[in-house]
Amino acid sequence: MASLELRNVVKRYKSQTVLDNLSLTVADGETLVLFGPSGAGKTVLLRLVAGVIDPDEGNILIGGEDMTDVDAEFRGVGMAFQNFALFPHMTAFDNIATPLEASRSSQSAIKAGVESVAKLLKIGHVLSHKPRALSNGQKQRTALARALVGSPPVLLLDDPLRNVDAKLRFEMRLELPRLLADRGATVVYVTQDYKEAMALGDRIAVMSQGVIKQLGTPEQIYREPANIEIARLFGDPTINLLDVKPSRDAKGIYIGLSNVQVHLAGSYETAVGRDCVIGLRPEALAFVDEGTPAAIPVTVEAETPLNEKIVTLVRTVRGREILVSRPAGTPGQTEGRAYIAVDGKSALLFDRASGDRIGSKNVVNLRSGEAA
Amino acid sequence: MEHTSLLERILRGVALTLVVIFFMFPIVWIFMMSFQTNETILRIPPQLVFKPTLANYTALITGKLTTAAGTLDIAFMRNLWNSVFLSVTSVAVALLLGVPAAYAFARHKFRGSEDIAFTLLSFRFAPALLVLLPLTLYFQKLGLSNTYIGLIWVYQLICLPLILWIVRGYFEDIPADIEYAYRIAGHSWFATFRKIALPLAGPGIAAAGLLAFIFAWNNFVFALVLASADKQPVTVGALAFITSSGIQYGQISAAIVLSITPTLALALYAQRYLVEGLSLGAVKG
Repeated sequence: MASLELRNVVKRYKSQTVLDNLSLTVADGETLVLFGPSGAGKTVLLRLVAGVIDPDEGNILIGGEDMTDVDAEFRGVGMAFQNFALFPHMTAFDNIATPLEASRSSQSAIKAGVESVAKLLKIGHVLSHKPRALSNGQKQRTALARALVGSPPVLLLDDPLRNVDAKLRFEMRLELPRLLADRGATVVYVTQDYKEAMALGDRIAVMSQGVIKQLGTPEQIYREPANIEIARLFGDPTINLLDVKPSRDAKGIYIGLSNVQVHLAGSYETAVGRDCVIGLRPEALAFVDEGTPAAIPVTVEAETPLNEKIVTLVRTVRGREILVSRPAGTPGQTEGRAYIAVDGKSALLFDRASGDRIGSKNVVNLRSGEAA
Repeated sequence: MEHTSLLERILRGVALTLVVIFFMFPIVWIFMMSFQTNETILRIPPQLVFKPTLANYTALITGKLTTAAGTLDIAFMRNLWNSVFLSVTSVAVALLLGVPAAYAFARHKFRGSEDIAFTLLSFRFAPALLVLLPLTLYFQKLGLSNTYIGLIWVYQLICLPLILWIVRGYFEDIPADIEYAYRIAGHSWFATFRKIALPLAGPGIAAAGLLAFIFAWNNFVFALVLASADKQPVTVGALAFITSSGIQYGQISAAIVLSITPTLALALYAQRYLVEGLSLGAVKG
């Protein structure tokens, strides 16, 4: 198998810089998810690795070997495209067989290879169909099978679940990690869906405007987002963001929410007196009884049951809207006045001007040096 | 299903009939004239009922034109052969040169590619007569006048830009990802061109080839000036029917019928490829 490394890669289109001095290492057998909004440069990065476009500067190494000037057909990567990119004039079988034909395998080896991967992806019964006759889900699996069939050491998956329906996406999200782990390949997976990113990635690289904003495990990205933008992208319902100005008293550093002092766990010494934004995950908030220390009075505005959880929209006395999430089946306030408590340990503090998260000492900031 | 009233259907039928008659009438009339003698053709009023004769076709095929002034030799079959040979070879050469060029222009934006493509297109702007005089002089110097090679070369002015620009559009319509996918699967760029780009642009290539063939077949002025009798196509050869003793309408009609047959047959044959269209169902709609 092979590791993958990008060194100071720059890609420009006309005057626009799409990838800006980007460096990234993916370990052998690791699944790295590239996550970010469209236009962040994720697909361009994948195509650079595949070798179908050339970088303006920098180097691309696969298995320690410099592949920057090597043509796509010699790089030994497999790629699944977001739009499937199946060959419309060939049957599903012939589509999947193309990587094996290139390696001059025998007819029987091709047949065996295609059929085994087709069985794995449950498309054995449609191999004689042309792409036109396939459903979106089957097309997606055919494209995936074509990427997998040659057992390439590096697999590039460009948002392969983008164009399939929600049910299939959910199924594949469960199936894919096992499938990829079985292959043992080094995987770069592009997605815009944070759930997919969390489910599939050993590590996630959050990209925006051609640079990697944060690189870390799904846990790190969720618990310690580098900035407000990333905190907002991960999590459903979206994180609550409230403007605050931390102060200090004898018990430590606190923020004022609706005239209630909420003490923050951890040391945010530098934040005292600064204009900040507090990030509160909806699941870090809970309904509590009246009289609980540091309980914030709110009015319940609306409640949305979402199968496994219930999301409640509440309004504070100062008119700010907050989302509270609780597991389905647990008791909560459904209307009128209520009190919520904030879990001070999971609160995230951001600098309002720069948007960057203000670090606290009791949270270990792993690998933060790697984030650009 | 849409329900149409009886009146609507009748009106639609009448309208269609009128359109068909309007467009088909000249061809039907020519077809009928080709089985008549000059006397029956020129009778006033024209007659729909007549005694058909194969004399016109016999005259064309045997090459002996009998007129009031005596027997004339005509090289119609030779002309027909010239037309077939010139058109087929010209289109073949244009396809051989134009299709790879179209691919290059569609996929590789190199310095000056747009300028070159436009220059090739501009060959179609200039009136043929404007080009002809210098061309005749050049051809005489180069020893190319009255040769098949010279004519095929000049026919590239007609065929090449047409094929280049039509096929280029078809190549551009193929999503680049499909070709990338084939490259990544481990195939060379040439294999990608042959196995992916060519089959997918197939209908476009067929359409462009057919159009180029029709344009080449119908060309008159290049062959008139640059070729003498034994190399002339039917378009020029038809002038022979204007004889000193009058215009041979019967033979002209028969000649027209014979000379449109190959193009018509080709068009009918190529039609299914043209209709098939680009089937890019593999990419999301």
